[in-house]
Parts: sequence; C-alpha cells; structure tokens
Amino acid sequence: MAHSTDLDIVNVTKRFGSHAAVDDVTFSVAPGEFFSILGPSGCGKTTLMRMIAGFEHPTSGDIRIRGRSMIGVPANKRPVNMVFQSLALFPMMSVGENVAYGLACRGVPREDAEERAERMLERVGLKGFGGRRVTALSGGQRQRVAIARCLVLEPTLVLLDEPLGALDLKLREHMKIELKQLQGTFNTTFVYITHDQSEALVMSDRIAVMNQGKFEQVGSPRELYHNPATPFVASFVGETNRWPGEVVSSSNGTVALQLPSGMVTQGTGSVPQKSAVAFVRPEAIALATSQPALRDLPNRFEGRVSAVLFDGANSSLLIETLGFEQPVRAVLPQAGPLAGIEVGAPIHVGWTADAMKVFAA
Amino acid sequence: MMTKQASRLTFFLLVAPAILWLGLLIVLPHVEILVLSFSERVAPRVYAFGFGNYLEFFTEPLYWRTFARTAFMSILVTALTLVLAFPIALYIARVAQGRVKAMLLLLCLLPFWVSELVRTLGWMMLLRETGVISYILRAVGLADQPVELLYNDGAVILGLVYGGLLFMIVPLANALESLEQSVVEAGFDLGGSRWTVLRRIVIPHAMPGIVAGSIIVFMLTVGNFATPVLLGGKNGLWFTEQIYAQFITRFNWPQGAAFGMLLLLLSSAIVWLGLRLTGQSLGTTLKQA
Repeated sequence: MAHSTDLDIVNVTKRFGSHAAVDDVTFSVAPGEFFSILGPSGCGKTTLMRMIAGFEHPTSGDIRIRGRSMIGVPANKRPVNMVFQSLALFPMMSVGENVAYGLACRGVPREDAEERAERMLERVGLKGFGGRRVTALSGGQRQRVAIARCLVLEPTLVLLDEPLGALDLKLREHMKIELKQLQGTFNTTFVYITHDQSEALVMSDRIAVMNQGKFEQVGSPRELYHNPATPFVASFVGETNRWPGEVVSSSNGTVALQLPSGMVTQGTGSVPQKSAVAFVRPEAIALATSQPALRDLPNRFEGRVSAVLFDGANSSLLIETLGFEQPVRAVLPQAGPLAGIEVGAPIHVGWTADAMKVFAA
Repeated sequence: MMTKQASRLTFFLLVAPAILWLGLLIVLPHVEILVLSFSERVAPRVYAFGFGNYLEFFTEPLYWRTFARTAFMSILVTALTLVLAFPIALYIARVAQGRVKAMLLLLCLLPFWVSELVRTLGWMMLLRETGVISYILRAVGLADQPVELLYNDGAVILGLVYGGLLFMIVPLANALESLEQSVVEAGFDLGGSRWTVLRRIVIPHAMPGIVAGSIIVFMLTVGNFATPVLLGGKNGLWFTEQIYAQFITRFNWPQGAAFGMLLLLLSSAIVWLGLRLTGQSLGTTLKQA
C-alpha cells in the first residue's frame, strides 16, 4: 500500500527530568525526500533521531512510519536504518560481512546475502572490497560501507546522524555531492541531521531548523535562506549582519528601525513591539566608490574598509560604517572595479528595504 | 657519546632487577629441575642420566590418570568461570556507572584480602557434614540426616571457580568496556536480536579478554594445591598433590622434578591450543590482560 508520507512525527515530546529535549515537535517526510534537521549542538536533534530509530522513547506523542505507529516497536524491528556519527562499522567483520549482517539477521540464506551484499558494494563503487578489513578503508570508503549496510536492507527510511563530521574538508565537500546522488539513485527517504548549515543547504529538499527542542521553521533551503521566519533562523542559516535597534514607525510590512547611534534604516517585517533586531545578508549589500551609484537604495551609508577577508569567491569586506557599532560585512565581487580594494579605502554601502529583515527582539 | 653511554647504563640498571628475578627465581630453578628430572637413582645416593622418571609416569596409571583428570577439570573450571564471569563483566562494563562500577569491582576484589587458605577453610565450614548448609537443609526438612558436601569433585570445582572468578572478570570487563556503544546500537538497528548482537559483535570484540582471562584462570587452576587438597580430600587427586608427594613424602626429587616438567608442558600445550583454536595471538591477549 502506498502511503503519502514515509514518516510522521506527531506532537512528540521527550523529557529528561524537567528538561524537555524535544518539545512538541510535529512534521512529515514525503517518500523519496531528503529531509534535514539543522540545529546547534544540544538542540535536541540527536534525541529526535534516536527516537525515530527506536533507541529512545518519546514521553508523549506518536512516531509513524508509512502510517504505522512505532510506539513500542523495538529498534531491531523498525523499517529504519541509521548511519551513525562514528559510522559504527563492525571492526570484527570484513566489509562484505558488514553489509550482509542485516540480511543475515533477517534470515536470508548466507550465499544469497553475500551476493546481495556484493551487488550493493558494486553500486556504491566498492566492487571487490568485500573481503577487506574495515580498518583498511579510507574515510570516504568507510562512509559508503555504512550507507551500503543500510541500503541493502531497502529500508523505508535512512537516518543519518552527522556522518560527515569526521571527514576532512575536501572529502566532506565531495561526500555531500555523493550522498545526494546516492539518495537520488536509490530513491530512498533520507532524514539527515547536522549542525553544518552548508551540508543541509546543499543536500536537502527540505530543512527543519531546530532550536531548544522546537522547530523554528521548516522549508526548502531557499525559503530558509531568503525568508527566515525567526531571528534564530536568520542568524543560524548562512552568513548575516545583525543589528539591534528600535522601531520608530511601521506600516504595510515596511519598518523604520533606529539604531542605537540614532541612524534610521528601512527594512521589512512586522514587529509589534519597540525593540527589534535586523538582519542583512552580506551579498545583499551593494558597494560603490561614489554616492550617486547607490541613489536608488533607501539605506545608504558611508564607510571605510577595515579588513579584506580574501577567500576566493567567498571573499568579503568588513566596513567601518558611520552609525554602526560593528563593521558591516559585505561580499566582495572578485571581478569589477572593487576587486583590488585595500584596507583604509573609503567606500559607500547600501541595501534595499527588502534585503533587511526585521524581527522582534 | 657521554649521553648515549649514560642512557645505556640507565637502561641496564632499570632492567637488572627484572633480569635477576627472571634468571634466579624462574629460569635457574627450572633448568635445575629439568636436569634433575633426567637423573635416575641406580643405587642409594648414586644417580645416572636416564628417562626412567618419565617412563614411570606413563607406566603407572595413577599418575597419568591424575594428570588427565587435572587437565580436564581445569578446562571445565575455566569454562564455568567464563560463563559465570561474562554476565557480571558485561554488567560492570556496560550497565554500571561511576561509583557503582567501582563498588562492584571492589566487591569482586574483596575476598582476595583474605588468604586463599582461609577462604578455602571458609568453604569447608559451609560444606562439611556439621556445616552451615547441612544444618539448614535439616532445619527446613530437606534432609533428615547430616549431608556431607565436601570431598567430592563438585566441591573442588566450586572452590576453584570461586578463586578464579576475579581473574576472569577484570580482563573481560576491560575488553567489554572498549566496545563502542554505537557499534552495539548499530547491531540492533540493522535488525539483530540480542542473541545475534551478543554472538556476532560483543563476543568477538571481547575475544582477547576472554582468552586472556581463560589463560590466567587455567594456569591458576592447574597449579592450585590448597583448594583441591582441602575441598577434595582423598578424592581431590590433583596433579600438584603428586608432585608434593614425590618431593616431600617420598623424598624422590627426580620423580617430582619430572612431574613438574610434565605439568609445565601440559599447561603450555593447552594454552597454545586455546590460542590456536580462537585465532588469537599471545600479543593482543597480553595487552588485554
């Protein structure tokens, strides 16, 4: 029977003593979706994942997989498999035995299990690795064994608990793409948890941003990035400038925000109270050497470059700006007249009211 | 040059006690015993080289039967100790936390504050005809006359298992402690039952500890003297008793020396066999112990 969702989390709460690690969380994951739960460490995402896997039990609420409640179903009877943060490969077994383990547990005859394991290893690009020791593999290969070990069981849902955390940067970038491709070819539903916003943004179809046991916002990577619903999401997902201030007037979604220096800026948002906080993405800040170039922008300021943070395509400038307590961060395009700008150079900055999101503080 | 010489001197001074200890107390006596075991008494106070003492062992059924019985019982004791110690070690290593863990290990250690002799005498008080257990059995009406629980194989095995338990628990707990929790969880997550996880993940991981504990317990058991003598009495028939009898009662040192060498060969052979069967190397095993 085809069910319209693979996973439904319904009002799940998990308390440790008086502390709610997961606080009344509800969401659904569609079949074949790559769903990420993004949050800082200690936000409850690991607890949530362990409840889905069956290692923790919710204090209240329901966990359903393809419509079937998992309450009271032990971890080894759930159609869910997990890729652990440490990968947790079985060091006492060969690569092939690792992959065949789950099949053997199901009572698949040995030869059949070995053959299916071998085929799965081939699909993840580890053909002929079956006889090797797990300890003789590289980080990326171990990663693929951990995933193959789950996928060979054809689970409804694969849970991934920050599996890229232990890899070095270069390999991590590579594995991001590889994971996404694997998920696409197998068309299996992935639930991925991470504290790394770039992993979540690159791979996911949808992301839930979690903070202090609650979901702040669920949406596509673009939605989260361009239309954050809460100040937490705005500051956690992607780089941003953050300024506190006071609302002086607001109408029709536009807000005039007064910074502590007295400077007034124009932003968007609906803020019912006086104290507020504003966010502007560094790439939304326009730079110019002269004032007239920015004359269409409602927010225009004058500053001086205080630091050039060169990082190839991600290069940015810190600009000491009149009226702002902290330097304004702006993306520095590596082509055009400003590419060679030096520290100390005078510069004009500006941004649209749309680019500045204002939230109640 | 100076520092190199000095460091060599330091190294020599540091290993000297160990070499002296090994050489004077272990190698030298064994060489002596080996030489002694090949000397036959041809006339009073006259000795000649020969294999007579070893031939005596094979021709006198009491000797080799006691020998085989000691080997068999020691393996049995080792196996029983392992079966009893495994759940205890599993609990100490994986369930107990912090102070409870330390307390439990201390509890295992506690009986060793008392000498082996006194502990064995304690078992005698429990098991003898006029002892505690016999009295309780009569008091609750399960027996109508005093029950003698001493002087049988059961009593010997009980005493030996009790004495070996700690030496099995410590290496086992060490081995089990190093097993990552997530590996066990992965075992369940992929559909393994408790039994599968135990058989395919926990036991293989603990193998070096199992082998280390088994070797220690086996060695202690084979070479034990007081426990089989006191709890087994005349029926104890432990090979160490034969060695004692030759050296002390019969004053036949060459014969006792030959028995001593045979016992050394026996325990080495069984340990070697055990390592071969479990596919463990002595190196990894020693690390665990």
